[in-house]
Amino acid sequence: MKPVDPRLFRAAQSSRSHLAITALLGIATAVLVVTQAGVLASAVARIIDRRGADGLQFLILALAAIVLLRAAASWAQEVTAQRASAEVKSELRQQLVRRAVQAGADPTQHHHRAEVAALAGGGLDALDGYFSKYLPQLVLAVVVPAVVLLQMLRLDLIATITVAVTLPLIPVFMVLVGRATETANARRWDALSRLSHHFLDVVEGMPTLRAFGRGRAQAELVRASTDQYRTTTMATLRIAFLSSLILETLATLSVALVAVGIGLRLVDGGLSLRTGLFVILLAPEAYLPLRQVGAHYHASAAGLAAADAAFTLLEAPVTVWTGDAAVPGGGLTVQMTGVSVLHPSRDQPAPNAADLTIRAGEIVVLAGDSGTGKSSLLAVLMGFRSPDAGTVMVGHPPAALPLADLDRSEWQRSIAWVDQTPYLFDGTLAENLRIAAATATDSQLEVSLVRAGLDLPLDRHVGQHGSELSAGERRRVGLARALVRNAALVLLDEPTAGLDDATENDVLASLREEADRGAAVVLVSHRPAALAIADRVVTLR
Amino acid sequence: MRALRRVLGLGRSGRFRLLAAVALGVMAAGAAVVLAGTSAWLIARAAEHPPVLHLMVAIVAVRAAGIGRGVFRYAERLVAHDASFRVLTDLRVAVVRQLDRILPGSRAFGNGDLLARFVGEVDGLADLWVRVLLPGAVTLVVGLGATAMMVALLPIAGLVMAVSLTVAMVLAPALSVRFSGRAAVSVAPARGAYHERLLTVLDGAGELMLYGGVDRALGDLDEIDGRLRRAESRTAWGAGLGTAVAVIAAGTGLLVTLLVGARAVGDGQLSGVTMAVVVLLPLSVHELVALLTPAAAQLPALASSAKRLLDVLDTPAPVAEPIQPASAPAGPIGVRLTDVTLAWPGEAPTASGLSLDVPAGSVCAVVGSSGVGKSTLAATLLRFIAPAAGRVELVGAHNVIDAGSLVGDDLRGIVGWCAQDAHLFDSTVAANLRLARPTATDDDLRTALHAVQLDEWMARLPRGLDTMIGEHGQTLSGGERQRLALARVVVCDARVVVVDEPTEHLDDRTARALMADLLRVLAGRTIIVITHRRDLLPPKIPVFTLTAHGLHQTLT
Repeated sequence: MKPVDPRLFRAAQSSRSHLAITALLGIATAVLVVTQAGVLASAVARIIDRRGADGLQFLILALAAIVLLRAAASWAQEVTAQRASAEVKSELRQQLVRRAVQAGADPTQHHHRAEVAALAGGGLDALDGYFSKYLPQLVLAVVVPAVVLLQMLRLDLIATITVAVTLPLIPVFMVLVGRATETANARRWDALSRLSHHFLDVVEGMPTLRAFGRGRAQAELVRASTDQYRTTTMATLRIAFLSSLILETLATLSVALVAVGIGLRLVDGGLSLRTGLFVILLAPEAYLPLRQVGAHYHASAAGLAAADAAFTLLEAPVTVWTGDAAVPGGGLTVQMTGVSVLHPSRDQPAPNAADLTIRAGEIVVLAGDSGTGKSSLLAVLMGFRSPDAGTVMVGHPPAALPLADLDRSEWQRSIAWVDQTPYLFDGTLAENLRIAAATATDSQLEVSLVRAGLDLPLDRHVGQHGSELSAGERRRVGLARALVRNAALVLLDEPTAGLDDATENDVLASLREEADRGAAVVLVSHRPAALAIADRVVTLR
Repeated sequence: MRALRRVLGLGRSGRFRLLAAVALGVMAAGAAVVLAGTSAWLIARAAEHPPVLHLMVAIVAVRAAGIGRGVFRYAERLVAHDASFRVLTDLRVAVVRQLDRILPGSRAFGNGDLLARFVGEVDGLADLWVRVLLPGAVTLVVGLGATAMMVALLPIAGLVMAVSLTVAMVLAPALSVRFSGRAAVSVAPARGAYHERLLTVLDGAGELMLYGGVDRALGDLDEIDGRLRRAESRTAWGAGLGTAVAVIAAGTGLLVTLLVGARAVGDGQLSGVTMAVVVLLPLSVHELVALLTPAAAQLPALASSAKRLLDVLDTPAPVAEPIQPASAPAGPIGVRLTDVTLAWPGEAPTASGLSLDVPAGSVCAVVGSSGVGKSTLAATLLRFIAPAAGRVELVGAHNVIDAGSLVGDDLRGIVGWCAQDAHLFDSTVAANLRLARPTATDDDLRTALHAVQLDEWMARLPRGLDTMIGEHGQTLSGGERQRLALARVVVCDARVVVVDEPTEHLDDRTARALMADLLRVLAGRTIIVITHRRDLLPPKIPVFTLTAHGLHQTLT
């Protein structure tokens, strides 16, 4: 895995300034670390030389200042990291949501919508650890060794060479061991998710298991599968942890070598005590940040995985709509010929080469088993998705135009649509109806409510998601909204499911009125009553 | 924190390994401290130009510590991970045992999403041992040991170290815990509001695009997003306070030690060489202690996971098992309800005064609108919950017994369940079917699949009965899933079958065909069909309407 995802810094502006601040604070920290070691070495050497606390005041003050500055730097680092993370997440959330909403009601993008909901609804929080722990540590791992080595070079050449030779070995060995364990690791993560999944599967299926008297046996099965997971994982961990064994050993052994070398040269009289102390205080500092980068591996992996998921969604191809022609006037006619839509998770297109003619004043009922592509066909009709094969012509031949050539927002303004679960926001009934017809009067709204078979006051609050209404009421609000829009094309997905016979007949009568005023009505339904009022029934296969 | 303590009691099988991990961790950390202390001594002593031989012990100790640290750390990590997996096993087994008592009778889980999150939290709790408890214990031991050593060298320096370590080990982590707990609390409302609105907007994307409400809806969402962002930014000021305090504690300790060390050298109380050790050794201990503060930041989240886990574990079983269980009647069995009141545990009754007599081998249907208690009735018949009042009895040819006098699993061996939300496991076709009767032969399974008209589907499967069907049976269509679930009921030996909304989520034609097949393949058993789709029921079946006040036979 790469340590840094460049897309993160391209896509989110706030992350770039954060990176700059982090780098500055990293340099400041490195300089403070080196200065602290120098001051401390001087102080200890001076106490030994002068056998007491003489002339220590300045060094003590300097040390106090350094300590305060280091505390301030680490605090500033955390604060800017948290803030940057909040900003980056917000930027990514907004981009993701815009991207998902553009897909509209396209059933082939349902899985994208679920992923966006998961990421924007909390998945991106994994970036917190990435920004506040991993990234600063990564910067320190680059800056601190460089500054420390520069300072050591001015003090003692041999110790500098010892550190300079072993330091690069650490990343090299980490990469080598990392490569060797990569496949093993991949298998391990695979096993991890499979076995966590087994546990979830058991938990979700517990009612079913109990119904068949298999509940009690599950405890032992879960124990066996987790134990098996432990055994296989431990085998790979034994190899995977080798990288940190090498890292730790190289780091501490080099420090020990430096200390012994310095000690022997001190005996020979080639070095001053202050220099010797300075060098052995510096040597471990050169390795410390590198060692700690490894400790934040989890934070980095989780953060980068979340970022990767976000960018995969943001970079997926979109339907680009370039048409700008006016919608042909004079009674709506749509001719769909051989329309097919491919789905990411299925082999067969659905619909598969479907033909459908829609005319003003007619009610067409779209029938067919589940999975034959009725919703996808409606999505094509609404301009949310281009068909993968076939043509959609709007208007009377020969003046008909391909749907893709029309101005999309003008086309969509002429459509009313009733989803199985209508969009309802926390507001009054009137507000929810007016999103489809901003200028409608109260009496027009009331008429549409009656026509939808709904006896509710306009100032009734519907609650978040329409939670204060029943499922049937919610559906009828969606219907009332379509009726008040006075649209040229009215599309409905199972509008009468869950309604009793009398209400169903009222609703269907309202649809007939829509057709009679010149609208083209397309209705997805299997209900006998709906089939009965159809001018034509088109069955998808 | 009480919740965390109780959860710690659950993970027993890892405890010896955890002790071993603590011992190894102490040795690894000890090696680091020894390395720092001995190097300081070595350098300071060497500056006095002694014969090299006098330094040999220190030289060997430095090298040994250099090698030992990595090796001990390696062993510590391996043992700790092994322990955490054992703890994970304990937690999972405890959860499964409890869920076997309460699901679906307890409605602790609103939907599958909550359940999945709960499972994730249980798995995450294993971190408590390895990432919090272990470093805490190691630091405590090493801190105590190092302080004791300092006391031996210069008592006043030992006192300074004790104070600075206490601040770094207690105050700094406590600040970090307090901050991360408070941050979570202050961000939670904005997060909840955002999530709620996000789902509304995503679900309504189609209508919003068509009706031109996108800009307004996104504007509203961005505003809530801004609130969330600002709430998170506000909490940032508290982040890092713990770390800063730890840095100051270490630094102040260093300064004071330097001063008292200098004075002791001046008094002739301490040699210069020992003073170097006294001043430099605490640095390496504080380096270790610094890791505690970020570890402690995880505690609030772990504590709330622990609380949720305990809530589930403490949920009382909705049904008491009989003390002296009866044995099941032989032969065909009918079902009789007398004046039964239906209620989920701890909730108001949904319906009362239910009386129904279903003779052995007959079919009847119960219809009702949603919310009237159809799923409560199914759960009561399967004894996932007990009736709040009245009697549910099994009527054999020679005797009648109360359903409550049987052990739950025995009762469910007689009364089977064919449900709308029957779970299909991410396993093979055969494993999913054999769940119903482990002794069933492959031929039995094929016969059942044939009965539910899945033979064509079977023929298409690449590995026959051994084909994996995917998570929740996702490789199957809705109708195929219901048929496979039905085949499972065919395989089982249940003499009574409660059929609970079998046609939900299916289109009309598929639903009608399924209902007809279902009654055909289960013929001969006692069948109670519970549904809201009375139009799918074949004629001549007695139909009862469920209302809040009882069951009333409807004339057809």
